[in-house]
Order: sequence, then C-alpha cells, then structure tokens
Amino acid sequence: MAVPATHCCSLLPYSLFTIRQSPSLFITARPMLENFSFRTIVEYLPLFGQGLVTTVWLSALSFAGALAVGIVLAAMNLQRGRLFRVPAKAYIDAVRATPLLAQLYFLYFGLPRLGFVLPELVVGILALSLNSGAYVAEIIRAGILSIPRGQVEAGVASGMTYVQRMRFVILPQAFKVTIPPLLGQAIVLVKDSALLSLISVSELTRAGQLLASDRFMPAEGFITIAAFYLLLYYGLKGLAALSGRWFGLQPARSST
Amino acid sequence: MIWQQLQSLAGSYPLALRGLGMTVVLSLISLVLGTLLGFGLGILRTGGNRLISAAIGAWVDLIRGTPFLVQIFLIFFILPEFGIELDAFTAGIIALTNLAACFICEIVVAGIRSVPTGQVEAALASGLSRWQRMRQVVLPQAMRIVLPPLVGQYVLLIKDSSVVSAIGLTDLTRVGWLVVQRVPNGLLVFFLVGVGYFIVCYPLIMLARRLERRMGAAHGEVQL
Repeated sequence: MAVPATHCCSLLPYSLFTIRQSPSLFITARPMLENFSFRTIVEYLPLFGQGLVTTVWLSALSFAGALAVGIVLAAMNLQRGRLFRVPAKAYIDAVRATPLLAQLYFLYFGLPRLGFVLPELVVGILALSLNSGAYVAEIIRAGILSIPRGQVEAGVASGMTYVQRMRFVILPQAFKVTIPPLLGQAIVLVKDSALLSLISVSELTRAGQLLASDRFMPAEGFITIAAFYLLLYYGLKGLAALSGRWFGLQPARSST
Repeated sequence: MIWQQLQSLAGSYPLALRGLGMTVVLSLISLVLGTLLGFGLGILRTGGNRLISAAIGAWVDLIRGTPFLVQIFLIFFILPEFGIELDAFTAGIIALTNLAACFICEIVVAGIRSVPTGQVEAALASGLSRWQRMRQVVLPQAMRIVLPPLVGQYVLLIKDSSVVSAIGLTDLTRVGWLVVQRVPNGLLVFFLVGVGYFIVCYPLIMLARRLERRMGAAHGEVQL
C-alpha cells in the first residue's frame, strides 16, 4: 500500500500529538472502543505485512552488525594492554549510559553535518548495530571469562598455542554460554527497532502510526502492531528455549 | 570554533535544564512507584495462588514482548477512548511505572526463588506468620540477588524515559530535538544531551557493578 506523501518527511509522533489535542473527536465518535474496526485492520494488512517484514530484516541485519561490533569490542576489552582496552571500555560505558533514542538522533542529525547524507533506514541500522554491539560485547566477554581457569591451564599444559586454546577449548564452551543471553539481546533489539519509526523508517510501528493518523484509529493501529511484536517476541523466546535444550544447559551455568 | 558553536547553544541552556529536570522527575516518580508495585507483584506471584501468578505472568510477558514506544502510544491514545482523560505527563508516568514494575517483578521473583526452601520451612516451624516469613526471612536474603539487577533496571528506566518525548513531553531528548530544529548542529546538541544522561546514569552503572562484585559474581546477570 502506498504511503501518503504528506507523511514522508515529518517526524510523525509529534504530528500524532496534535491529533490527540482534539480528544473530543474521539470520545464523542467512538466511546469504549465499541466500533473497533477489524475491517480497517484487514484493509491495512498489506501495510502491516510490509512493516513486519521490514522490521524482521532490518533487525536481522542490525543484529549481524551488532555481533561484528561486539566481537571486536570484546576482543579489545580482553587485551592486557591499555591501548585497546581503554577505548573499548569507554565506548561500552558511553553507549550503556545514554538512551538509544539520543544515539539515534545523534547519528540522524549529526551525520549530515559530517557530510554523510544517508537514508534513514541506513542510519537506523547503524544506530541499532552500534548500540547493541556494546551489549553484545559484554555478553561475549562474560562468556569467555566464565570458562574456568583450569581449562586454559590444561590447554597450556597440553602444549596448545593461544589460537588453538581459543579455537578448541575456550570458544566452543563460551559459545554455549553466550547463546541464551544473545537471543535475549536479539529480543531487545527487535523491540528497540520500534524507535526507528521516529526517524520515519517505514517499519512495523510506523505502519501503526500511519493507520492512527490517516484514519484516526489509534486503537486499531497500535493494538495490531503490539500483536505482531508479541508474535516476534514469542518466536524468539521459543528459539531461546529450544537452543537451551539443544545445548543441554540452563543459561550461564559454568561447569568444571 | 567549538567555542563559537557552544556559544550559539548558550541561549538554550534554561530549556536544557528544564529538560533534564523533567527527565529526572519522570524517572524518579516512576522509579519509586515501579519499585513498590514491582515488589508487590513479585511477592504476589510467588504467593502460591495459581490464578494470580498466571495473570501476573501473562501481563509481564505482554509488557516484555512489546516495544515501550508502542506501550506509550497505547496508553496515551487508547485510554482516552475508555473515558480516562490523560495528559502526556500522566501517560508517561503510567507507562514508565508499568514497565518498571514488570521488570522489577521478574527480578524479585528470581530473588525470592533463590532463597532455599529450608529457610521458609524453618520460619514456618518457628511459628512465624506469612507476613513475618516474607519480611524477616525471605526478603532480606533475596535482596542479595535482587539488588544488583535492580540498580541496573533503574538505569534502563532512566534511558527509557527518553521515549516519552514521542508524546510531546519536553524531557532532555525532546529538548535536543527542539534545539536542533533551530541550531542545525546535531552532532554537538546530541553529544550534550548524551552528556546529560551520562551524568545521571553512569554513577548508577558503577553502583550496580560494585554491588554485583560484592554480592558474588555468580548471580550477576543483567536483566534486559
């Protein structure tokens, strides 16, 4: 379904706010949700479908980016030398102590200033990757540090090199431990991607906002997208449970 | 050059202070209410009544499964249809309190479950009432598990309060958004907004880490 041209450049929530300013319209016209219109939802279903697909693939892409950022940061953070460790720690702390929305706006309004004029979608994926990357880095670091020292020492005693120890001893065990929290982070990322609607990326939440502002039907719009997000949430949660059974572990139990 | 840019923003500093004040007030109110409600829900959920704990569990899942932005929109735009008139501030407080309560409920449940059953049985055998068992035996021991993620949750709450700018509350993030419309220097403006949040959040992050280390690293999982 075509997106009306009037909305493509405005930061929508603030225009939504103005709709809400005339509440008498709602209250007199549709008390107690009694004319909740399933027909309109069905009519807008293609738009919601598109939004859902966009949310899924942009979250997947951002998660891949977050893994890349996280692995690099975790590797830097585990070094003995300060040269790498200090910048990595500073980055992680800075990201964790500021809200994603401010980071998003920082990139959205800041990148053009540096001469990078990117589409909103790219800015959004970049922001999500950079934000989640910091959390992923902490998860990976915790996973590697959860491997008992004895394992490393046994590797050393067996005459393994650093790379061999990493490859055959530490990473396979750390991998198992990190999967459940990583899936937890994926859930957070999918939910965070809703914020991209505020820089007018046409994902799931944006679809709900369009229905709310075009037809003055916020209930239909937002309840529908909430249902779609729950679908994604339970999907990922099921996956987390499955992976837990697959690897035969309760999350983060260190075995000796 | 940086100095000139900063000077161009100097006029906005009362607005920025108001924004920071709004962020702090919003977070503080919903933090207190959310903690009380969260502990209440957590205790109810472990109380043994199947129906109540299933209902709380479903609600918590509902809140954990949807983006906070969507929750705010739902509260702000849909409650009025049930005849409940809300201004943006009240809607923001309700949304934040609800979010905090749900996450804190999970933390409290994990804490209460970590207390060995022998402790409860001993308290029962000593003839302590239900309330006394909770107040004097279970909760003090559960706090060891609860405290570090609780502080971490406060950090998340302060950060999530930025999302209420979407319904027009002038918090710190919204101030940045407003200023950037006039002074097109997104880099500096949102850097300063970030500094504002950092000043509030970073001490809490440090506190959470410290508590985690002190309470034994084994239990120090961050709840997201």
